Amino acid sequence: MWDYNEKVKEYFLNPRNAGEIPDADAVGEAGSLACGDQLKLMLKIDRATEIITDAKFQTFGCGSAIASAAALTEMIIGKPLSEAEKITNKDIVDFLGGLPVEKMHCSVMGQEALEAAINYYRGKSPEPLEERKRHIVCECFGVTDEEIIRVARDNHLTTVEDITHYTKAGGGCMSCHDKIRQILRQVTAESAEKPAAPSGVRKLTNIQKMRLIEETFEKEIRPMLRADGGDIELIDIEGNRVLVSLRGMCSSCVSASFTLKKYVEPKLREFVSPDLVIEEVKP
Amino acid sequence: MTARTVYADNNATTMVAPEVVEAMEPFFTTLYGNPSSMHLFGGQVKKHVEQAREKVAALLNADSSEIVFTSCGTESDNAAIRGVLAAYPERRHIITSRVEHPAVKNVFQYLGKNGYRVSEISVDRLGRIDLDELQEKLDTDTALVSIMWANNETGVIFPIPQIADMVHRVGAVFHTDAVQAAGKIPIDLQQIPVDLLSLSGHKLHAPKGIGVLYIRKGTHFVPYLIGGHQERGRRAGTENVPSIVGLGVACELAQQYLTEEQTRVRALRDRLEQELTSKAIDATVNGDTENRIPNTTNISFKYIEGESILILLSEAGIAASSGSACTSGSLEPSHVLRAMGIPFTRVHGSVRFSLSRYTTDDDITYIVHHMLAIERRLREISPFGRDEIDAKQARSSH
Repeated sequence: MWDYNEKVKEYFLNPRNAGEIPDADAVGEAGSLACGDQLKLMLKIDRATEIITDAKFQTFGCGSAIASAAALTEMIIGKPLSEAEKITNKDIVDFLGGLPVEKMHCSVMGQEALEAAINYYRGKSPEPLEERKRHIVCECFGVTDEEIIRVARDNHLTTVEDITHYTKAGGGCMSCHDKIRQILRQVTAESAEKPAAPSGVRKLTNIQKMRLIEETFEKEIRPMLRADGGDIELIDIEGNRVLVSLRGMCSSCVSASFTLKKYVEPKLREFVSPDLVIEEVKP
Repeated sequence: MTARTVYADNNATTMVAPEVVEAMEPFFTTLYGNPSSMHLFGGQVKKHVEQAREKVAALLNADSSEIVFTSCGTESDNAAIRGVLAAYPERRHIITSRVEHPAVKNVFQYLGKNGYRVSEISVDRLGRIDLDELQEKLDTDTALVSIMWANNETGVIFPIPQIADMVHRVGAVFHTDAVQAAGKIPIDLQQIPVDLLSLSGHKLHAPKGIGVLYIRKGTHFVPYLIGGHQERGRRAGTENVPSIVGLGVACELAQQYLTEEQTRVRALRDRLEQELTSKAIDATVNGDTENRIPNTTNISFKYIEGESILILLSEAGIAASSGSACTSGSLEPSHVLRAMGIPFTRVHGSVRFSLSRYTTDDDITYIVHHMLAIERRLREISPFGRDEIDAKQARSSH
């Protein structure tokens, strides 16, 4: 049984603004029947002042999906669009006094439907399907990289599990976990850079570095090298210098140093630390 | 506000029968000795354990020497699967169905990652197992087949006698998880050549924390829990005496009530199902209605979501469960309903009602009344299938 607080229960049991606006000025949808929840948000907007004069919703979904939608409608009625569009999923959660972490995606669905409705009103067409498909990270639930980056930034998320709770991404076949991790690294790196620009680099011990380098070799680099009959071995780490040796076909390959600088080094900088320099040592 | 409780989640767990509680009591207070002790104070308890073993054996029409007490159904499943595989190390193929309980499903998944070849047999739209596929998959490398007797979500019964014969033809061992079948349908192990069978106390009005593993005489089995000599060396650990005694009484009662289960409980279930499917806006039964344990119905309400239904049922004092993703703690809806190919539109809105001999006629009336109101309420705020609501209204006002 989910531990819903009294306010969430109240908004689920007696949802305000459930229903339809037949002549709505804006309609936005989020979620899907297959995923288990969908929200349709309808708005009446005063053209002159751009104030939302009425909002209604229809939800197929669990208790917190219904409560989040009902809360959202109350939060936006009477607000000008310019203010409403600043509402994030976190504001919905705060309004409700908190949601179980596994249910955060319900609040995200609210934010997405609101955004879709405002775009509809402003005549912005939704992203073409083909374009959207290119950005999809989680195939099971159809979640794009942009959506993941946004919730990660707004809610300071750092783990794949967090992302799953907020967007469902990664909750199905789990094959996108690496991609999500990669996105999270980018987002954390960004946010770490902002406040303390000069030393935005993570402090890693040599052991941690070694482990991350090995992991990066195994996951990112060896599969490619092995396809050509080669291999790579980590010899030592001296500060930021990563000493490696190439094996098999790679050891005699004329483009080996090119591979190291143009392919291996960028990968290490991406996955381990941005200040690493790779050097080849001959065995 | 009514304080009424209608418990319709008996496939999850059951009320401990008052007779069971009463029988257990002395084994906490006066007869608390260890049955393995040399002294009379402990030794006298042993005969109660053995009497309970005989009552359990009687329910299954087995020999009491074939009954091993465990801590739960999950332990029985684990012990059976691992115990058989350890005895047949040269065979590397194992077979199960796509709709097993996690206590079997996840053990197979684990074994699949650790060197075993795993085959999962499909079910059809009604949840019936594909015997042709099973026949195809069985080979001389097959060590073990584990297929449940009755499914916990839909109640569908599998053709266990036929499956056992097929498995034995390739020289493999057959285990069945009968946790949902025991006490609800007759089980005669003299007639049906199952090698190992799991049973759980708390599904048949005994307490939680007690289970049974039946091991047919002559079945090779390596114990899973190693330690003392209890249970004839097949399961170490001091016996859970009060619960064993309780389970004995529960099995005796189950046998007495078997006919009632097949008649009165079945009639209640059928009425619940019939009234809901005929009066609801859109409700359909999942599973093979010709072949089910008598207490279970799994009904899908289209375009509404299971967790919302359960919370509203709960507000009315009704306990049921759902195959919806939101109620499982994961994002994946019921693997059973998905294996059956039930569309997502119906899986998310599935509700399982499971009755018991304590369910009354009034309970059913109460559930029907509230469930219909809940469906209407959630359909009113659902964005899907709006015109069907009006159509239903028009039909019923004629």
